[in-house]
Amino acid sequence: MAVESPLAPASTPRFRFSLTKPTQEQIVLLITIALVIVFGLTLNGFATLSNLLNLLRSISILGILGLGMGLIVISRGIDLSEVAIMAGSWSIALIEMQHGMPIGWACMIALGLAVTIGVVNGVMVAFVEAPALFVTLAAGFVIYGLAFWFAPAWVVYAPKDAPALMFLGAGRLFGVPVPIFVFAVAALIIHLFLSRTSIGRFIYAQGDNPEAARLSGIALRPLMVLEHVIVALLAWIAGLVWIGTTGSMQMAITQGTMIFDVVLVVVIGGISLVGGRGGVFSVVVGCVLIGTLLNAFTIMDVNSEVQNIIKGIVLLAAIVLDNFLHPRDEETARQGD
Amino acid sequence: MSMAVDSFSASVRRFSPRLLLSELLLKQWFEPVIPFTVMICLWLYFALTVPDYATVQNTLSLLRLFAEFGFVALAMGFCLISGGIDLSVGAIFAFCNFSALYFLYVAELPVGLAIPATLAVGAALGSINGFLIGFLKTRPFLTTLVTLIILRASVNLLNTSYAQVFATNSVDSDAWDFLGVGSVLGIPINAATLFVVLLVCHIFLSRSRYGWHLTAIGASRKAARHAGIRVRLILFFTYMLSGMLCAASGIFYAARQSSTDSTTGVGWEFQALTAVVLGGVSLAGGKGTVWRAMIGALIIFLLINGLVRMGIPGYVTSAVIGIILLAAVGIDVKWAKNRGKAIQKIYVNPAFVAFAPAPSVQPGSGSAYAQNDRLIKAQAIGLDQVEGPEDVILDRQDRLYGSTRDGNIIRFSGPNLETREVFAHIGGRPLGMQFDRDENLIVAVAGMGVYGVKPNGEVFKVTDETNRTWYKLNDDSRLRMADDLDIGPDGKIYFSDCTTRYEMTTNTLDILEARPNGRMVCYDPATKTTRTIINHFYFPNGVCVSHDGKSLLVASTSLCKIFRYWLEGPNEGRTEVLIDELPGNPDNINRASDGNYWLALVGIRTPTFDLAARKPGFRLRMVKQVPTDEWLAPALNHGCVLKFNEQGEALESWWDPTGISHSTLTSMREHKGYLYLGGLENNRIGRIKLDGVDEGWSGYEAYWGAKSRLNR
Repeated sequence: MAVESPLAPASTPRFRFSLTKPTQEQIVLLITIALVIVFGLTLNGFATLSNLLNLLRSISILGILGLGMGLIVISRGIDLSEVAIMAGSWSIALIEMQHGMPIGWACMIALGLAVTIGVVNGVMVAFVEAPALFVTLAAGFVIYGLAFWFAPAWVVYAPKDAPALMFLGAGRLFGVPVPIFVFAVAALIIHLFLSRTSIGRFIYAQGDNPEAARLSGIALRPLMVLEHVIVALLAWIAGLVWIGTTGSMQMAITQGTMIFDVVLVVVIGGISLVGGRGGVFSVVVGCVLIGTLLNAFTIMDVNSEVQNIIKGIVLLAAIVLDNFLHPRDEETARQGD
Repeated sequence: MSMAVDSFSASVRRFSPRLLLSELLLKQWFEPVIPFTVMICLWLYFALTVPDYATVQNTLSLLRLFAEFGFVALAMGFCLISGGIDLSVGAIFAFCNFSALYFLYVAELPVGLAIPATLAVGAALGSINGFLIGFLKTRPFLTTLVTLIILRASVNLLNTSYAQVFATNSVDSDAWDFLGVGSVLGIPINAATLFVVLLVCHIFLSRSRYGWHLTAIGASRKAARHAGIRVRLILFFTYMLSGMLCAASGIFYAARQSSTDSTTGVGWEFQALTAVVLGGVSLAGGKGTVWRAMIGALIIFLLINGLVRMGIPGYVTSAVIGIILLAAVGIDVKWAKNRGKAIQKIYVNPAFVAFAPAPSVQPGSGSAYAQNDRLIKAQAIGLDQVEGPEDVILDRQDRLYGSTRDGNIIRFSGPNLETREVFAHIGGRPLGMQFDRDENLIVAVAGMGVYGVKPNGEVFKVTDETNRTWYKLNDDSRLRMADDLDIGPDGKIYFSDCTTRYEMTTNTLDILEARPNGRMVCYDPATKTTRTIINHFYFPNGVCVSHDGKSLLVASTSLCKIFRYWLEGPNEGRTEVLIDELPGNPDNINRASDGNYWLALVGIRTPTFDLAARKPGFRLRMVKQVPTDEWLAPALNHGCVLKFNEQGEALESWWDPTGISHSTLTSMREHKGYLYLGGLENNRIGRIKLDGVDEGWSGYEAYWGAKSRLNR
């Protein structure tokens, strides 16, 4: 990497550890390591191989969703409907499976629904120019309402005899749960996409300065649609893992705080909300930190509301810190930035 | 009767939906009209489909149910107007609902203390948001979304601990019961309070300094800071106010329901946001009123309530609200961006107008209009010292005045009119001039009205407004473009206001539109009143009181006709055509020494434009599809002076066919054997010697002195 294009993500120092000026990823990584050590010493059953694998498995869904959210936050957008896309598309697909549709076809329906929602989101943001926060917030409610209409159940169960469907979520490869591999492969692909392809670099350019990117000839509007479609695709994959893990799809998650966990993972890891900063590594470290915390909470048996409060305060702190590290121009910001 | 004068019935006949729309879109009050209509339609729909809906009983119970949501929507409205957003309103509401119950049931405070304590809790929660957003400058959307999660989780935790206590205890307080079920003048107490709060908030937002600051921050934070507004503090207080409004809502809810559970206020932030945007409070900030927020809130409330009554499940309602929010946000963004463009596209509304045949101007045709080169030899006065002297006039001391583009009255004096001075600076665009009996120079000033200049150069206002036409959407009381004036023997000032839809710079569009947008106005110095005497006139321009003082000659530039308006006699108040066929667009009319009249033609008609005048559809397409600078425009670039008699027959003409010395000729004055020429775009005042005229005749003498023909 002797010649670094200015468009490339600020990635060079990432692997060059510097004690004087650590990046946010490195700080988070250090905190995570410290937490793992502390929990390992204080919590019974934390520092076992099975628990650590369990920890990784439990964060992989969050991680896959986080990859999509990270990508779109890098482009200075956001997608609050990601969890709803996952739950909505898959609950309809599972209902169709229950009604006797072949599993392959049903999965394709889920994929088609997810991509359609992504396109609609993208068109609303790119062409109608409505702020992404509002569009995707509203989209979340619309998806919830429509999906519930087609599949009127809070929990839709997957068919019992579908090993192929369950493999990604429930399978094991060399003794390691498959979700971890799915997350790893997805992370690798998104990393290569973001750092090695021109479209990936365009996404950084857009996040860094959309107007400059537009003036230099990047077709921003199709790019924004593509970003929302990628988010939807990752939501679809995450849904596949979710079904394998739990054997069902729960509509309740669209009404819960899961989407904020996804935002939390992304922001904590160092993908600034001003866009153009961070990368896949940020999502990974953010995920590991949150996963460690959640795992420890589970072992300590912390009430889920208390967990929400703690996560909320951490997210608030992360937003304040992000705002402090990467100040935005609030005088030219428009609503929903 | 003539085409130039439009009565009310004629303007009804001339009704154009596009014109109405373009004027409606310009109105501030028009935007909330649409959601208001939606609200009424929604209510009517439910009144027709739901039994017993349109009863007083039901309306009152709906009001009682609505009021709490109204407070929350108002809180959201304030935050949106300040350019931010508060998604934690529902959670603060739930938290305050809990607090009120806690203070009463557990802390056992008296009602008089519990209410302020709850309000304080709301203010404290709001000030957390305010501190983060105002002082730490975080993003309002995400910040309040996170505080929503934290508060919601806290409420749920607290609920589980205290639900038992609330269920078993009760409060014995009449005041508390009154807050829950009482009424004021038949209106539920919470709705009555909401109304009072709305009034106060409206006055705060639209009439108080801090309300203006809040709106200014929403409209442009940078400009607000530059104007010295304490942006951070105002934002802090906005979110605190939002918290307090939610607390008020929580108190009423607590008094009414006396319970709290995990669904209290869930999704209210989303409904309130949809409501407020739907009502027309702009997401971009800086635009909106409390009433708009309330209209939106009523729509959403009626919709949700109605859907519930019709047995529609909650998830469908959720989808419907989501779709409404998507649509409202999309429309808001697109409307804010394209409103100006949309108005511009439909503002010019060409109408059909059939011109009379144009007389020939061919040299040698024998017609009085035949082109010649008699103006080419005109002597130039003040060459390059005047900018567009639209009108010229001479006083009793033979000094020459010109009204110029830079808002000045320039005076030339000396034996050869070589001494130039700025006689007065009025501003605007001074056009037609006339001396009154006291030798004050009365000037029609486009963009300002009618002004006067005393002989010592002191400027005074004569009038700048007239009576408003009651059935017009556009307030036409202001004088837009006073063009020319003349003064009757009784001192009344008659002047033309040539367009009420365009400005000085765009007045050719009025000719292109060919609608009767102008008017004749009279100022009476005796009563100091200004009245419109002829409304709806096709571009009235030159005005001249006839030699006998009994009628008024008015030139219509867009119709290419001269009209006579009777000031007295049997036809008083009537308008008739004096010259039907003119080869060009007439401008100023002035008296000539021989009892005839001078007329300037500012442009010459072309067959193309005459044809286009009969094709409004063609001109409409042109206005919509062709860039402004390529529009077909009237050919206002010729120089011609005519003389016509009292019967409207043209006698003689003077031309500059080259357009070099006198193009766009707008005015001429005869004075002591000479004719002085002014032009809208000229760099000089011209002068030619007239043969065989009364060399002692001057304008002032003809109006106020020995040369008057009043009594002949």
